[in-house]
Amino acid sequence: MIELHVILILMIIVAVMAIEIEDLLSSIIALGAVGMGLSLQFLLLKAPDLAITQLVVEILSLIILIKATVGTGIPIKKEKMSLAYLCFGVLFIAIFLGLGLKAVKELPAFGYPLMKMGSQYIAEAVKRTGATNIVAAIILDFRGYDTLGEATILFTSVIGVLAVLRKTGKIK
Amino acid sequence: MKERGMSLIVKRITKITVSLIFLFGVYILLHGHLTPGGGFAGGVIIALSFIHLVLAFGKESALRRLSEAAVSVIESCGGLMFWGIALLGFMGGYFFLNVLPKGRPFDLFSSGIIMLCNIAIFLKVGAGLFSIFIALAIFRMPSEDKREND
Repeated sequence: MIELHVILILMIIVAVMAIEIEDLLSSIIALGAVGMGLSLQFLLLKAPDLAITQLVVEILSLIILIKATVGTGIPIKKEKMSLAYLCFGVLFIAIFLGLGLKAVKELPAFGYPLMKMGSQYIAEAVKRTGATNIVAAIILDFRGYDTLGEATILFTSVIGVLAVLRKTGKIK
Repeated sequence: MKERGMSLIVKRITKITVSLIFLFGVYILLHGHLTPGGGFAGGVIIALSFIHLVLAFGKESALRRLSEAAVSVIESCGGLMFWGIALLGFMGGYFFLNVLPKGRPFDLFSSGIIMLCNIAIFLKVGAGLFSIFIALAIFRMPSEDKREND
């Protein structure tokens, strides 16, 4: 458990760095480091499916971010935060963390399988679907609807990007 | 016209590595129902192998292998295939029913529709993400055009 906390603290430090660094490229690389830390976290929590997906998506989004920002001459504006905004932000985070702590106390202990539905899936997945990777069995068989929705979201986002960036049919 | 892409070293190494990345993506994709991975991760890895080509050789030579129109057709095919597999369930009863034979566990051709679903998601995700990258690679800011004309 100690390594999880170490990685988590490093991720928070790097995330703060990503916001504060002036240089755009360094900021994007810091963002990539956060994603790599998340991938390691998934691996340590024994979720290799998520770790692989997180790793490759992080690499892709890093490339896309670099392509979209660096060298295009988009100016960066940094504004100094006023004191009132800062106070409001700190207050909001304090309230949010307090309520979150209250909610977390109600949850079952970390890693303790309690869910009725989940134990059912674990018991019957191989028998009913024939897939030995239980994650694939759940996302593509038991919860096919969710994956369909996810595919629709991806389709819509791709259409959105292409509509913004297209060259033909644009009114000058 | 000046040579597109990166230096000779990058091009030579890309020629060796790109096929390995592609093969690894296919492995992750086809074994999605047996080992960690699946359509999404495999699709992203295969899209990354094409992005690797674009980055090393410049967009023209990579687009000759896989044009923009082909990418959009592939993505739509993936979406339609996923819907088709879902509708196939009506043969046995309801939406998304696993109607195909399950086979033995740990076989490559087992688990009914899950493998087909993985392939459909691979087509969709790989083509979709690659088309986003292609759009960004082709897109130029108006300021850039002006700089080249000067």
